[in-house]
Amino acid sequence: MSNEENSKEMKGLLRQAIAPAKDTELRRDLWPQVLRKLEEQTALVVSVPWFDWALAAILSAVLVFFPGSIPALLYHL
Amino acid sequence: MELLERFAAGDLEAFEALFREHQKEVYAWIVRIVRDRGFAEDLTVETFWRIYRSRARFDTAGNFRAWARRIATNAALDHLRHARRETVLPEDLASAAAADPAVRRETRERIKRAFFQLPAKYRLVATLALIEGEPYNNIAEAAGISIALVKIRVFRAVRMLRRKLNSLGAEVNAK
Repeated sequence: MSNEENSKEMKGLLRQAIAPAKDTELRRDLWPQVLRKLEEQTALVVSVPWFDWALAAILSAVLVFFPGSIPALLYHL
Repeated sequence: MELLERFAAGDLEAFEALFREHQKEVYAWIVRIVRDRGFAEDLTVETFWRIYRSRARFDTAGNFRAWARRIATNAALDHLRHARRETVLPEDLASAAAADPAVRRETRERIKRAFFQLPAKYRLVATLALIEGEPYNNIAEAAGISIALVKIRVFRAVRMLRRKLNSLGAEVNAK
């Protein structure tokens, strides 16, 4: 049996088991959900707690002014 | 400033206008792939979120519809990869009336089971090409692959289905 005949036969069998989707109409407006998702994702980006920023700043300052502390920091990680 | 340019610049009103113009089409495309209305709605939202997030990369001289369809296809493919393999096909999406009585119910169940066990990328092209009858060039454009690769994947999907059906003991030539 050729590839094309194979595909045709399987197509027929598949369509008997799983018919093509007929009802593909969107029944409600999804804009409110999209807007909510946009707001959530935007909030996630800016919602890093202030003390995390403070810790990051302190750590950066220590590493810049006391580079000798890098091996000690790596040892403790 | 054109609508697409305003969208690419981050104008939310322009994005809403594009969303309203394309949401039905994007949903219809996704529901044909995932075959579940609830998931299709979630994936439509996810698609437009990805579209908005990638707006800076959109070529304003390009085709928004094709770009949206490509993103929708990727979102649907991600869903197929992560969704449970034993997804049950919602009856209202499929037309039971079209079923041929010559093909036994048991055989149909086995075919369905084998189909939902296909790897996601094969299931995607097999759904669109074999069940939905979508032209290969449309599938290739939506999936971001060549027409030759679509044909190869359809061929492999058919081969995998045949093997799975044989291992499940289904009579493939039962029609």
